[in-house]
Amino acid sequence: PLAAAAMAMAAKRGTEEMRERVVLGEFGVRNVHTTDFPGNYPGYEDAWDQRRFEEAFRVDIIREEEAALEFDMVGIDAAIANAFRRILLAEVPTMAVEKVFVYNNTSIVQDEILAHRLGLIPIRADPRLFEYRNQGDEEGTEIDTLQFQLKIKCSRNPQAAKESSDPNELYFNHKVYSKHMTWVPLGNQTDLFPDADFRPVHDDILIALLRPGQEIDVLMHCVKGIGKDHAKFSPVATASYRLLPDITLLQPIEEEAAEMLQKCFSPGVIEIQNIKGKKVARVANARLDTFSREVFRHEGLKNLVRLARVRNHYIFSVESTGILPPDVLVSEAIKILMGKCQRFLNELDSVPME
Amino acid sequence: VQADGTDGNCVTFVLHDEDHTLGNSLRYMVMKNPDVEFCGYCITHPSESKINFRIQTRGTLPAVEPFRKGLNDLMGVCQHVLNTFEVRLFLKSS
Repeated sequence: PLAAAAMAMAAKRGTEEMRERVVLGEFGVRNVHTTDFPGNYPGYEDAWDQRRFEEAFRVDIIREEEAALEFDMVGIDAAIANAFRRILLAEVPTMAVEKVFVYNNTSIVQDEILAHRLGLIPIRADPRLFEYRNQGDEEGTEIDTLQFQLKIKCSRNPQAAKESSDPNELYFNHKVYSKHMTWVPLGNQTDLFPDADFRPVHDDILIALLRPGQEIDVLMHCVKGIGKDHAKFSPVATASYRLLPDITLLQPIEEEAAEMLQKCFSPGVIEIQNIKGKKVARVANARLDTFSREVFRHEGLKNLVRLARVRNHYIFSVESTGILPPDVLVSEAIKILMGKCQRFLNELDSVPME
Repeated sequence: VQADGTDGNCVTFVLHDEDHTLGNSLRYMVMKNPDVEFCGYCITHPSESKINFRIQTRGTLPAVEPFRKGLNDLMGVCQHVLNTFEVRLFLKSS
């Protein structure tokens, strides 16, 4: 009976591992897919239960800066976490330059290259205040378009010293920055947005270089779009997640082995404690590790450590381009997923199923 | 949305303008339903943005029911995630 109980315990630990951890072996990764669906594990209650989900779910905000946000989501599955990441990258709308009307461009930069560069500049305009442009509408109304003008001419500086070769001294306006873009209100936009200041997020983006006699005179139309259409509409610099690492030492590791182990992981992950005069290794903070798997290169250490990741603990990192703050972006992404579900629910209810 | 299948138990929904974002998360929610015998989705061709979402139920339950329940459950998850996230933001800032 003792052996049977030990076997049962080992089996239970095995299934716990399969359910809750993604294990990184020497040559591959095991237990990648979620398997906790009803019927797979006898004795486990796996059917969807909103209350159980709400009890187990939590969000922890680790670091919040102006343009970057790092937060943890615990108790959710990979499918849904990935859906949020995909929506953050591709389906949260922003405003960006779409049409460029070139009146005069005598600079070295070709028209299409200039238009491409202008499209990629992030514009500080809250996309929630605007509508999408209708299909086939070439002109643009004031509710869906923002107009910007870039008009700049480079001229020679008459007061420059005779022998100087520094372009900053010799020429005026030879560098075209994004701060030279000015907002031209359309229609009643001055009344709709009385104290809004629409301009590019960063003032110091270099658009083109000019020499005396060259000028650029363009008019730009910004529209609302999503990243799926063109990457210039993506509101995040990047949005990514990783799973929480979980390092277990299968046996106590001492002395030189402990030192070697500490070097195998990122700094701060393993700390060495002095217990009864001997140096013993202990996992201090597994979260900091980047899992370079250096441990597997040392024959003596590779069987003493189990590298795994916790399956339902996601560490999200969202960096915004500055158009919207990252916490707003995450809220918008969740609302967009809800909108998608609602769209199909409405269709189900309206279309009669034969 | 377009559905075709043999009888009410096995239905393939064709969802237009969708991809893995909704497909995978909806598949997870529908699989959590104990009445569902089979649930899967596939993208017919990467150039077209539509997915074939197939549900087969045990017994005689019409397949529209788990689909509807999955959508509602996913809405519930998103709502709860949104609420939790905003509460934590508010607590952090105050």
